[in-house]
Amino acid sequence: MFRLLNIEYYKLINNKASKVLIIAYFFLLTSIALIAAIKFDIGPIKFHLADQGIFNFPYIWHFNTYVAAIFKFFLLLVIVSMMANEYANKTLKQNLIDGLSKKEFILSKFYTVIAFSLISTVFVFFISLILGLIYSDFDEFGIIFSDLEFLLAFFVKLLGFFSFGLFLGILIKRSAFAVGAMFVWLIVESITKGMLYWKLESSVELIMQFFPLESMSNLINQPGSRLNAVQTVAKQVGEDLTYDYAVHWYEIAIVLGWTAIFIFLSYRLLKKRDL
Amino acid sequence: MEPILTISNLTKKFGYLTAVKDLTFTINKGNVYGILGPNGSGKSTTLGIVLNVVNKTSGDFKWFDGNVSTHDALKKVGAIIERPNFYPYMSAYQNLKLVCKIKGVDFSRIDEKLEIVGLLDRRDSKFRTYSLGMKQRLAIASALLNDPEILILDEPTNGLDPQGIHQIRKIIKEIAANGTTILLASHLLDEVEKVCSHVVVLRKGERLYSGLVDEMISSHGFFELKTEDEHKLIKILESVNSIGKIKNENGLITAFLTSPMEAAQFNKLMFEKGITLSHIVKRKESLEEQFLQLTKDN
Repeated sequence: MFRLLNIEYYKLINNKASKVLIIAYFFLLTSIALIAAIKFDIGPIKFHLADQGIFNFPYIWHFNTYVAAIFKFFLLLVIVSMMANEYANKTLKQNLIDGLSKKEFILSKFYTVIAFSLISTVFVFFISLILGLIYSDFDEFGIIFSDLEFLLAFFVKLLGFFSFGLFLGILIKRSAFAVGAMFVWLIVESITKGMLYWKLESSVELIMQFFPLESMSNLINQPGSRLNAVQTVAKQVGEDLTYDYAVHWYEIAIVLGWTAIFIFLSYRLLKKRDL
Repeated sequence: MEPILTISNLTKKFGYLTAVKDLTFTINKGNVYGILGPNGSGKSTTLGIVLNVVNKTSGDFKWFDGNVSTHDALKKVGAIIERPNFYPYMSAYQNLKLVCKIKGVDFSRIDEKLEIVGLLDRRDSKFRTYSLGMKQRLAIASALLNDPEILILDEPTNGLDPQGIHQIRKIIKEIAANGTTILLASHLLDEVEKVCSHVVVLRKGERLYSGLVDEMISSHGFFELKTEDEHKLIKILESVNSIGKIKNENGLITAFLTSPMEAAQFNKLMFEKGITLSHIVKRKESLEEQFLQLTKDN
């Protein structure tokens, strides 16, 4: 396993474009901290976002994983191009001739996907922990380490998403078209969802939760309406904002299922293809 | 003899097209093999199958004694195929380092192999800055990294200029002289003739011949002759038993032998008949002529 990771790491570290994207990604993750700096100070109106409770434990786990997940597109580019470039440069062929088996090849890519997801999760954990310790109104041990399932959801979400990217990279062999295909798929899912709302009205969620991108976005629901400020306003307007934020085991199971399917299909595809 | 690669009844179909048809041959240790065939005869497909990049339709092949999986066997094989494939953004040294990681070979051999192909002074240049000849030489260095039991070369001089071709051939000859088993696929016949001891001839995916280069066509060779009185010579030649076909091209008379005869013996015979030869050469058909004849007849 470490041999395969080492090989893949070596390929990435010597590629300038990948290196820049990876650095940009982690820089952006760090930039979540900059939200804390959002401060309006216009005469009588004083607004400091960090004081609005977004960095309170355990809410911060939810908020930060949700925001951090937006930046996953940077790593998607790295993953799709690391796969598509092997086809473009025909180095996939050379790797196989040099004695890598097709299984090892897919595994080396999959391990990299796991590594990226894991490092991102650990990174977000520490950023959130530090931000929370600075700004949170609560600092009891029990509260700090509650709701950590959002981190697990974040990890699984990235894992599923990157595996999807990896599969598209192998299927389409061109980075740009593979990323394009992901967007096309997103549109397909949205249209399906719209059609279902139109035709069925009820039970839409029941069906939609099994679609790959929908299942990934279900893992971490929007955190906005959970904010105290928003809740207060809603109450005043008379709107009820009860919403299911929790991470459910079946949501995780569905995304893990998709991950397995994508990796298996990638392997099948590679095995059946003549290079 | 110790077999390195055994191919039995190998078949590959691309849709309706049969690229390799029921192919059987064995590569033994220590020999230099050539795979000959016109373009599209299935050479590269056959190599692709044994190198794990093309899926076979039926038949079988085994590396060494057949007890190792193909990808593990390939770690003991060095191969270059058609076009050199490396990561363009890495230097020669970095690329070879990656190959070492895959093959599980120590990095210390990299410089040694770069030296053999004469690229040591360019080891830190990016692969994309290399000329085709240099890329091809880097591919050879890469194939040699693991001191392979067998070196497989598919059209190694394709697209190179005369200097490049010469350099590559020199390298191949040096490697062959060291006793490494070589499998060379080419349509350049003089290349195969100069290096190989055994040859497999393919046409449209079928094996036409497999065996020693020298035995490819049972022929006794021919004489190339020059003399002042051509008509008299031809008349006499027609009466000699062991001479078959006679050709006259601009005063160079070619007489094909039907049974063995030495040049000295022939010269003596001519002298006795009153003909003084100004030019006599005994030759065998070149591989090219044999090859053309073989691929045409069938």
